[in-house]
This record gives sequence, structure tokens and C-alpha cells, in this order.
Amino acid sequence: MSIQPILELKDVHSGYGSIKALKGISLKVMPGEIVAIIGANGAGKSTTLMTICGIIKAEKGEIYYAGQLINKVSAEKLPTMGLCQVPEGRRIFPRLTVMENLRLGAFHRDDIDQIMKDIQHSYEMFPILGERKKQQGGTLSGGEQQMLAIARALMTKPKVLLLDEPSLGLAPIIVQQIFDIIAQINKEEGVTILLVEQNANLALHAASRGYVVETGEITLEDEADVLLSNPKIREAYLGE
Amino acid sequence: MIQEFKKVWKQYTIGMLWLLGLLWPLLGIHSDGTMTFQTTFTVWTYILAGSFVCLMIYVIKGSGSLKFVADPVSRAAGNIKTTSTALPTWIWLAAGLIVALIYPQFADRYGTDVAISVLLYICLGLGLNVVVGLAGMLDLGYIAFYGVGAYTYAILNTVYGLGFWVCLPLSALTACIAGCIVGYPTLRMRGDYLAIVTLGFGEIIRIILNNWMELTNGPNGILGIKSIGIFLPVFENGFTFEHFWMKKLQLFYYFALGLAIVAAICVHRLNFSRVGRAWESIREDETAAELMGVNTFIYKLLAYAIGAIFAGLAGAFFAARMRFVSPESFTFLESAMVLCMVVLGGMGSIPGIILGVAALIALPEVFRQFESYRMLIFGATMVIMMLFRPAGLIPAKRVGTRSEEKEG
Amino acid sequence: MEYFIQQLINGITLGGMYALIALGYTMVYGVIQLINFAHGEFFAAGGYVGAIALGYFSGIGYMETHPVICLTASFAMAMAYCAYLAVGVEKIAYKPLRKESRLAALLSALGMSIFLSNGLMLTQGVYDKIYPSELFQGRFDFGMVTISYLQIMIVSLTACLLVGLNLLVFKTKIGMAMRATAQDKTMSALVAIGSNRIISLTFAIGAGLACAAGIMYGLYYGSVRYDMGFVPGIKAFAAAVLGGIGNITGAMLGGLIIGMVEIFGAGYISGEYKDVFAFIILIGVLYFKPNGIMGENIDDTRV
Repeated sequence: MSIQPILELKDVHSGYGSIKALKGISLKVMPGEIVAIIGANGAGKSTTLMTICGIIKAEKGEIYYAGQLINKVSAEKLPTMGLCQVPEGRRIFPRLTVMENLRLGAFHRDDIDQIMKDIQHSYEMFPILGERKKQQGGTLSGGEQQMLAIARALMTKPKVLLLDEPSLGLAPIIVQQIFDIIAQINKEEGVTILLVEQNANLALHAASRGYVVETGEITLEDEADVLLSNPKIREAYLGE
Repeated sequence: MIQEFKKVWKQYTIGMLWLLGLLWPLLGIHSDGTMTFQTTFTVWTYILAGSFVCLMIYVIKGSGSLKFVADPVSRAAGNIKTTSTALPTWIWLAAGLIVALIYPQFADRYGTDVAISVLLYICLGLGLNVVVGLAGMLDLGYIAFYGVGAYTYAILNTVYGLGFWVCLPLSALTACIAGCIVGYPTLRMRGDYLAIVTLGFGEIIRIILNNWMELTNGPNGILGIKSIGIFLPVFENGFTFEHFWMKKLQLFYYFALGLAIVAAICVHRLNFSRVGRAWESIREDETAAELMGVNTFIYKLLAYAIGAIFAGLAGAFFAARMRFVSPESFTFLESAMVLCMVVLGGMGSIPGIILGVAALIALPEVFRQFESYRMLIFGATMVIMMLFRPAGLIPAKRVGTRSEEKEG
Repeated sequence: MEYFIQQLINGITLGGMYALIALGYTMVYGVIQLINFAHGEFFAAGGYVGAIALGYFSGIGYMETHPVICLTASFAMAMAYCAYLAVGVEKIAYKPLRKESRLAALLSALGMSIFLSNGLMLTQGVYDKIYPSELFQGRFDFGMVTISYLQIMIVSLTACLLVGLNLLVFKTKIGMAMRATAQDKTMSALVAIGSNRIISLTFAIGAGLACAAGIMYGLYYGSVRYDMGFVPGIKAFAAAVLGGIGNITGAMLGGLIIGMVEIFGAGYISGEYKDVFAFIILIGVLYFKPNGIMGENIDDTRV
């Protein structure tokens, strides 16, 4: 293989105190692809993303980002290196305006002109945010908040974007919109995407490769199409 | 070893330089327009040396070089732990009771005096534990109920001449009423709003005690309170009872011991009763408790009332023993002390509270000869204890195991 | 009527000081949900360092020649000192406890408060420290109403600080980061905001404001004492809660209300019970509006 993976986990263990949530996760993400992690509730999907982002410290194993070991890098440094997460539940700052939420995405950047241009660009990508730029984040609807969360993450100029359950609690039509946007970000902006989803069908259709996580371990990894046609997956995650 | 503790040493150096920077303006700049460095450096060097020794011990212990000392100690501790769990609880209780009963025969006057304070604070700590530890409401004005109990006895005794035994339930009753009065408006509040309102009530009661000259004699306090009267059987002319004023310290000790034991039994029984479970549910999630049909209003008020009753009893006893009360004894610092004892010992755990009280009363007594440094050391100890044992010395088993934490 | 106006002016002066202290409580609470009991000690320490600096300047004789420079320098030095103190206190006593129960941090704060006030007592003595009084002797007389230069100085400086703080918090990037940290620390880290730096900054700003209030208090009442942090401290905390804890505008408003209530209560009802009125207002307001005047719903976290 000639291309280096942009994000690589090698046998990562982590957890909350005495509870072990991850028991040896290994995965690779190549530049430019969309990778999906699917699994049931409590399988350790979100924990994987939080561990990559340094919010939860990995107890064992190595996390490489762009060839660099990032286990010990503090969480707030990673976005400046181009690794950004849209966490589960979106976590918009509820009492800051849409505009301020977007400005905070660019907190580490000093190029004010470019930031303003990027904010305009977000408004073009998500026109609804432009209409509500003076509104507080907490007053937006779920779909709007998800868009804001993605737009805010894009403001950090990420190379790799980690998306945690972007479909959570949204109406199907909005979910489709969000996934279209994800594909667009991947294609047009060249952002590598690692996607965590419970909705396996959606995720595997969007992604090129997929990993299946069960109780803190990777049980399957393959091309997305292969996973989609795997009868076990179809039974366990696609409800057939 | 040096590598491992590099971070510790680095932080220590930074901390010490920070301290130097803090001390110098206070000690080195004088109002006559001069600057000196001598005193600052002397004080700083003392602190440096003292903390260096402590840190050295900590580092050596951490690096395992003290194994030959630490191992037997920890093994002994482990042994004690296994025996303590192996033996039934009642043996420990009986042993503790026997020690408590024969203690005054061996202790001198000073020792008994300290022991009485300890028992009194145990009673207060257990009462506060009902409010903070069981029902989960942060109460920063608890000592006010103690004050109400003490003043009830003081006033009823000096003005109306009522005896201690009549006043004891009355003190409990007034404290209980005060508890309900404080409790009622605060029941709608949650978390830290509750804390400031209880603090406010505590201060209000203290200020009233301080300023209502006609009733409480203001800051001068009330003097000449009668001691506890008891009837002792006398066998001189047949069998009669004779009335005595309790003067002997040992009698006070036994009375305080009785009070503390009653409080401990009550709190223990309450904790494992239906009421205790209701409090627990309110503590862990008030909204959920309400939805499950727990009448949070009544149970929260009950927690205040019961906490206040223990404080009232302790207060009446305090007034009878000191034979003098003044608002000075009921300041916020006292409330903070009692809260400290509860949290330091371990919220919700009765042995923990007893240990916490013993630690906080005994510790300042040890430093009695460094009178002016006493409170400084007390404050520092509080911080250090919290840093190393934030859950208390003996954490209660039922506190802090929320379902969501378990599942992770 | 004159009496009323006079009381109003005194009330604004005192209320401004309370507002300055209350801001520290409310900002720290907003960011780490801790009642910082040691905050009153920052106020007292500020008063002392201000007295030391002013004393030094008058000792070397600069006070007569350059009073304005000396005063400015004293304020700046004392505020820097308190900020430095507060940042260290946070690192030592609160930061290691951030993941523990809130009660542990609260007791650590109480311990710190006792430690600091006794530290002040040991280094500066138990007696009152007198402020150089030759400053601001003049006053304006309007019939029965008098306004001293000192009051004008205090009120205008307070106003400047409050406006400055508002600009900082609501108009700058760093203020935005502070508000974001207060709302969601994990998410802030995910957008590259270092919460430790923001928390240190919050402590520094809060202590600086309390320190300014301490110097004003010293100038206004003529002396400072090692234990003076306690009572204004809890009143300012009451002010912060009154305004809705965590809310900066609320703290300013709450401070003014508590100051006014105290002065008017003392003036019209009873001087002995002046401390009671502040608490009665607090309890009354919280009974009808349990989240304070301007408070948002805080979460139900309990001890």
C-alpha cells in the first residue's frame, strides 16, 4: 500500500473509570474516503470518537493522525491540527447565536477575512442558518442544529471530520438532506469522514467502507457493499 | 524515579515561586516607603523546608522506596479490614460502647471536656447528615437551629425558671418549628440557591439573636443558666430522691454520650426505612422521585425538621453545660465546621461522621500551642483532605452509586 | 426628599462595590459551577495590597506630588496581585477536584477561605489597617445632599469596570470563548478552546474586580481588616444569586439592589438589622422566582 492512512487506531483501550468501553479497537481511515462505524447502543461507537479526540484518554494502544502519535495531545490542540468532531446530540452552544457558534468553530484561526468568507460560505451551504444568524443556538430545531454543528465543525478547516450519529432524532427527510451534505463535503471539500451511525442502512450507503463494533471490539470490517449484502448484518442491523 | 516525579517537582517549584511572589508584597513593602526582603525570605524558607519534607515523603512513598515500611502497614491495615468484616458488627459496637463508657474514668478533666465537645458535634453532624447526606439538600445555616435550641433553654430557664428536662423537648420543638419555617420557602429551590438561602436564614437568626436586646441580651449573651437537675436516689433516711444540680463533668459526658447514641440510632433507623429511601430518591433525582409518587414536599420538610430537632437537643445541652450563651457561638464558621465534619467523614455514613468530628475537634486541640496558626492549619488541612479523600474518610456505601454511572 | 437622594447616592456607591464582587462569584459559578467561598478573601486581599501600595507611595512622598498616578498604580498593582493569587488558588485547590463531587470543591473553597483570611491576619496583624486619608477630601454640596469626590471616583470607576467587562464578555472572541466554556466544556475543547486557560482567566478577572472593590471599600470606610471579606462576600454572593447565578448582567443588577436595600433599610427602618434586609429580599425574590431575577434554568445538580 502506497498511501498512508490519515487516521489509524491500533488496539485502543479506553473507558470510564473501572468500566472498559473499548477493548482493543483497530481501524484505518484513508485520505478522502468515508468510513462508517456501525453498531448497537452502548457498543462503544461514541467512545471511540471521544477517545480519538482526546476527551477520553486511551489507556492502551496508539492513535495516529497523519502519521503522528496523538495519544498525549490535549483535546483542544486537535482541531487546530485538522481533526474535528461533530459530537452526538450536536451540542450547539445554546445561549450563543448561530453566528457566534460559527465564529467559535474558527476559534484557533486568526485570518479574520477568511473566517468571514467561510461564514458566508456556510450560509450558502445551509441557507436556513443565514436566515437565523442572530438567533440563539438553543432555539433552533433539531435539523437546523445538526446543520449548524456540521457548519461549525467545517469552520475549523478539518482534514478529517468525525461525525457522531448525525441522523439522531431527525425526521427522515432531514436525515436525507444531512447525508447529501455529508457526501458533498466529502466530494467538494475533500474532507475525510469517519461516520458513526446506528442507522446502518444509511451509513453503509454513504460510506465506502464499514466497521462493525460490538461490546468494544471490531467484529467485522469490509467494503460497504459487501457489508450491506452480508446476511448477518442484514439481520442484526437492518432488521430483516 | 526522578523522571516519574519530574512533573511533581516542576509543579512544586512553580508553586513555591508563586508563594514567594504572594508573600513579598504582604511582608516586604512597608508604609514608610521602604522595601525589605529579609522577613519574606525567612518565612518562605521555613515553608519551603516544611513542604519539601512532606513532598519528599510523598514522592518516596509513591516510588515504592518505602515498601519496607509501607508494606507491613498496609498489610496490617488489610488485616484489620478483614477482621473488621469478619467479626459481626455488634461486637464492634459493644467494644466502642464500652470504651466510651469507661473513658471518663481514665481521662483527665481536659480530656473529658474535649470528649463532650466531640459528642455534641457528633449529634450536630448526624442531624446535618439527615439534611445534606440523606436528603441531599445543602444547608449552610444549620447552626442556627443549634442556636435556637440553646436560646430556648436559656430564656425559659432564666426568665421563667423552667427546668432542663421540661425545656429539652421544648427546645427540640422550637428548633423543629424554626426548621420548618426555614424549610418551607426553600422547598421550591434547588442546588446552590438553597445553599445561599439557608445561609441567609442562618445569618438572619444570628443577627436577631445579636440585636433583640430585650429577649436575648444582645451580644452580651445570657448568663446564669441553670445546669441540668437530676434526682438521685438517697438511702440515708430510708429511700428518697434528692435533687442535684449536675456539676460533675462526667455526668455531662454520659448525658452527651446518651444523646449521641440516640441520634446515631435514629439516623441509622431512618436511613434504612421507607423515609430514608424516599430521601435517597429525592437526593438522586428529585423529578423522578416526584413522578414515582414520593411526596417531595413532605419529605424535604421532614428532613429539615428532623435535622433541626437534633440540633435543638444539642443546643439545649450546650446551654446547660456552658451555663452561658451568646450569638458568638452560632456563626457561619460553626455551620461550615459541622458541614466539614459531615463531608470529611463521609456523607451519609455514621462511623464516617464520628471519625470526621473526632478529627476536626481533636486536630485543633493538638495544635493548641500554636494558637495563632491553628485556623491557618485547619484551613489548609481541609483543602488537603479534600484533595486526597474527596469522598470522605469512610464513604457511605449507598451514596453515589447512581444507575447511570454503573452502566457507563 | 434630600434624605432620600442622599441615601440613593450612598446606595449606588455601596451597590456598585457589591456588584463588582458579585461578578466574580457569578462568573466562576458560570464556568465551573462552584461557589467560590474564597472570593471574599480576594476582596480583602485586594484591600490590603491597595493599602500597602498607597502606604508605600505616601511613604516615599509621591502621593502629594502625583496622586492620580499613585492611585492608578495602586489599583493596577493590587488587581494584578489578586489575579495572580486567584489563578494559583484555582490551580491548587479547585482544579484537581473538578471531576469530584461539587461538595468536595465547595469544602475545599471554604478551607481556602479560612486559610487565606488567617494568612492575611498572620502577615498583616489582627488590627485594622488604615488607608491614607488625605485623598479625596473634597465634596459637592447641593443643599442637604452631599456627594464626596471619593463617591464620584468610586461610582465612575465601577461603571468603567462594569462596561469594560461587558465589552470583554459580549464583544470579544475571548469573551465568546468564556461563554462557550460555561455552556459546554467538552464541546469547547472540540472547537479548540482550552478550558483550563479560560477558567484561569475567569478567576483572574473575577479576583481583579473584587480587588478593585476592596480598595474602594478601604478608601470609603477608611480601613481594612483581615476578616472583612466574609460579610461583603456573602452579601455579594446573595446579589449574584438574586440576579440569577451565572448571569453577568444579573449580578450587576443584584449588587445594586442589595446595596440599595441595605442603605435604605438602615436609613429608614433600623441600622442594626441592615444585614437582615438584604437576606429577606433575597429569600423573598427566590421564593417567587426560584431562578433569580434574570436567571435561566440551571440544571438540577445537587450536592
